[in-house]
Amino acid sequence: MCKECGCDGGEQLHFHDGHWHSHKHSHGAEPPAPAEGGARTVALQQKILSRNDEHAARNRSWLKEHGVVAVNLISSPGSGKTLLLERTLEGLRGRVPCAVITGDQHTDNDARRLQGKGAPVRQIETLNACHLDAEQIGRLLPDVASDGIRLLFIENVGNLVCPSAFDLGESFKIALLSTTEGEDKPVKYPTLFSVAPVVVLTKMDLVPHLDWNAAACRSCLRQVCPGVYIFEVSAKTGLGMETWLDYLIKLAE
Amino acid sequence: MHELSIAVALVEQVEDIVARERATRASKVMIAVGSLSGAEPEALLAVFPLVAEGTVADGAELVIEPVAARVRCRSCGGEAPAELGFMGCAMCGSREVELSAGRELNITSIELFEDER
Repeated sequence: MCKECGCDGGEQLHFHDGHWHSHKHSHGAEPPAPAEGGARTVALQQKILSRNDEHAARNRSWLKEHGVVAVNLISSPGSGKTLLLERTLEGLRGRVPCAVITGDQHTDNDARRLQGKGAPVRQIETLNACHLDAEQIGRLLPDVASDGIRLLFIENVGNLVCPSAFDLGESFKIALLSTTEGEDKPVKYPTLFSVAPVVVLTKMDLVPHLDWNAAACRSCLRQVCPGVYIFEVSAKTGLGMETWLDYLIKLAE
Repeated sequence: MHELSIAVALVEQVEDIVARERATRASKVMIAVGSLSGAEPEALLAVFPLVAEGTVADGAELVIEPVAARVRCRSCGGEAPAELGFMGCAMCGSREVELSAGRELNITSIELFEDER
């Protein structure tokens, strides 16, 4: 075992000196990897996801050119994204031209639920991926969001962590949080909640049956995103939907 | 497990850099990963060798430098580490802060070899 960092010298993962390593490890007297032509080190500041970012930038300028506001909806699976979208499309029908891109690992169930509400809907099956990326969105934009569309809803794959790492070129992110998930999800998952300037609290009709505390939840949200704008809705009963729809109408103006 | 997608993107970047620098392979890749980037260092290390196999990064060592979240305060102008679950100024308590570090997912250096052909 290596006395410096405690690893066994093999190919393995470990943390020492403030770094994470994957090594074929050489310590002390062991020779470094053989260099045939000599090594040199290049210092950089290059984003790992720069290709995704380039696609996102293209999407953003396409959306701007076409006058489309795009919101990237992110939440846990089962927090009510699709039902909220169903009621939202119904409420905005004839008032704001909307379109939807929806992502799931498998099935086009969501797209089928959202059909027939006056908005073009496209489904992306991500298969093994836990998030949508900007290239997938870019391929669909001309097809789904031309023709005077003002508001594009991108329903991301249900997941609180991965989707927030990939910029899709959206105008901004909206996080959904259902009352059944508890008040402290924002503090547990700050990666998403710190970058979502708008949060919709869903399933508000269930509050009488839960030990859910609105003030505690709002406080958790403000801890990770001080200026967050919060909506409380029940897509099922219609509670709070009017305020939500008014906000979206103003957004699309 | 979006670390797999990140590892794929990383290897693509390394391939570009190796080609741009007219090297033949990369032997060491250093990256900075912010605590709010959403990427797990251990998961990245686990998948990197699999993705790198057969590429110019095959066998390369991946070194991950974790970057702690920091916030800049709009009230007092200070900059301080941020607790993950609390976006506020550690110095004056103000909530008028913006993230100044913590979202990094960057390649910071790469060790290249030019093998004799």
